[in-house]
Amino acid sequence: MSVKKFVVGCFDEETKLFAAVKNVRKAGYKIHDVYTPFPIHGLDRVMGLRDTSLHTAGFIYGITGTTTALSFISWVFTKDWPLNIGGKPHFALPAWIPIMFELTVLFAAVGMVLTFCYLCQLAPFVKKHHFHLRATDDLFVMVIETTAKTNEAEALAFLQQLGAVETNVQEAETGWWLGRYDKDTMPFQVREASV
Amino acid sequence: MSLLRYESQVREPLVTGAKTYHQVTEDIIRPIEMKPSRLWYIGFIISVGLLCFGIWSVTMEVMYGVGQWNLNKTIGWGWDITNFVWWVGIGHAGTLISAILLLFRQGWRTGVNRAAEAMTIFAVMCAGQFPIWHMGRVWMAFFVLPYPNTRGPLWVNFNSPLLWDVFAISTYFTVSLLFWYSGLLPDLASVRDRAKLKWRKFMYGLLSFGWTGSTKHWQRHESLSLVLAGLSTPLVLSVHTIVSFDFATSVVPGWHTTIFPPYFVAGAVFSGFAMVQTLLLITRKVLKLEDYITLEHIEVMNKIIVLTGSIVGVAYITELFISWYGQNPYEAAAFKNRWDLTTPYAWSYYIMMGCNVLSPQFFWFKKLRRNLLFTFFMSILVNVGMWFERFVIIVTSIYRDFLPSSWSTYYAPSIFEVGFYMGTFGLFFTCYFLFSKFFPVIAVAEIKHILKKNGESYKDDMTQVDQQPVEEFAHEHAHAH
Repeated sequence: MSVKKFVVGCFDEETKLFAAVKNVRKAGYKIHDVYTPFPIHGLDRVMGLRDTSLHTAGFIYGITGTTTALSFISWVFTKDWPLNIGGKPHFALPAWIPIMFELTVLFAAVGMVLTFCYLCQLAPFVKKHHFHLRATDDLFVMVIETTAKTNEAEALAFLQQLGAVETNVQEAETGWWLGRYDKDTMPFQVREASV
Repeated sequence: MSLLRYESQVREPLVTGAKTYHQVTEDIIRPIEMKPSRLWYIGFIISVGLLCFGIWSVTMEVMYGVGQWNLNKTIGWGWDITNFVWWVGIGHAGTLISAILLLFRQGWRTGVNRAAEAMTIFAVMCAGQFPIWHMGRVWMAFFVLPYPNTRGPLWVNFNSPLLWDVFAISTYFTVSLLFWYSGLLPDLASVRDRAKLKWRKFMYGLLSFGWTGSTKHWQRHESLSLVLAGLSTPLVLSVHTIVSFDFATSVVPGWHTTIFPPYFVAGAVFSGFAMVQTLLLITRKVLKLEDYITLEHIEVMNKIIVLTGSIVGVAYITELFISWYGQNPYEAAAFKNRWDLTTPYAWSYYIMMGCNVLSPQFFWFKKLRRNLLFTFFMSILVNVGMWFERFVIIVTSIYRDFLPSSWSTYYAPSIFEVGFYMGTFGLFFTCYFLFSKFFPVIAVAEIKHILKKNGESYKDDMTQVDQQPVEEFAHEHAHAH
């Protein structure tokens, strides 16, 4: 958790945004993040983000579910309490397929959602800095991280030239904190810095 | 990279009217911020009333036992299991729309998926009530779970389709809920960021989990939705397959058939789409969402209804054929008890045939597929028909069992069974009314995602495929992948 200074540029069209992201990166600025109201395919590539491996995690959770079901049921029916059901074999694999399948799906789904929430730091009472409220409505908000060497005025002018409809400089906490959205619960050091 | 796609020559726009991204947010989220209409209050009060009727019926059943229902030794499964299968089936359309159509890249799902998924969750909640309260001593309901206990431990029977059902329904409910809610997060954040009232900021801030719309989060969100869709697709097929196993793995003539799994799944999708039509025709009218749930949406769903209805029809006819061709006297008798007009339950068989097989055939006509009033009428008819399908399968297969002395009993439900069923309608519509008041009934972010490809007002920006030189088209496609 740390407070940093950012240059923010808001775009109202995704075509302009794509060009802007490319140019901003080419100019050597570091893009902190781009906030969009809906997923924009290809933006992650343009920003140079690597692919997510969430689906791999999902696969691992899935096979964990399958093995849990198989090992548990076979232990119950062959070791712990071998129940005679119509004289059929104790190790009745075909009859276990439904539950093995259901647990595969259950483990994969629950595991993936929890991992997703953990990776994106999403939970009730989690609060983050929102650079622009319309980022969940109709604006594409590009946030550039500044360093000591960054000339803010130059960066702002550059963003405007690229077609940003709104630009500003903000100081913000980069991580999350516990808070509510009806109250200003910004961490202490940020409020100090912005005064 | 060009964001604009080519205009499809066959498909109609999925969003009509001149819409900007902001207008989409406005249109869909405004009903949440406004006071509900009179109609909403009336509907809500009726639903809560039905729910109370249901609670009373169930209370009586728990206090005095399952004997309050008109079940008997022969007809051990009557209205309750009929209703269970009916509600589970209804849920299937939601998952079909949200998962299978996502995998097939059907753009039109975006207009209807949110409401359909909500419907799935509420329908599964209603379905779950029936087997639970049918247990009688419902405080022992946790016995169906495999947990270490002091009776041995005595484990549940993992080879039993009834236990598979426990796992299937609970997994289905959990996964549908997760899928629905993870899709809701960005839209709840939209509501939060527009909120003026304090309580609304607080509530939606809480519900939206601090969603920001970061590109990395969207990337993970897309991956999550895709994998959940991939998981839900076999899941939804497995759920009704397992429900059909409750019957098919028994040795009761009329139940013991291998055709059940595909037949049940088709029937489930069929009834589910009918319920989606019923709900959405009202929702689009009351919340003024005609631009997002267009006639095109209604029409494609009607096409699915005629398809699945015909599959169900083929299944009915196959069953009849096999009962003759199989030359099994018991099987033949079970089916004679359905089609023979002199038998006491023949009327239910012909209601089923009429509603499920004959009536959807009207949807071969485009005019009728695009007629809202007719579609609404049909959606009710199909649901009645599908209820009777389950009733026919359950009651007419068992009311004349191997002991002819018990044949004289004619099963009709008691007031408590009817009340229980009505109560689940109360539960379903209470939940749906609350959902339509407090949640965006259409996936806002997903509509924005398809807006520039399928929105009416963006058609001018698109190149018509046949106006583009072949070389250019080929060139772009070579680089797109």
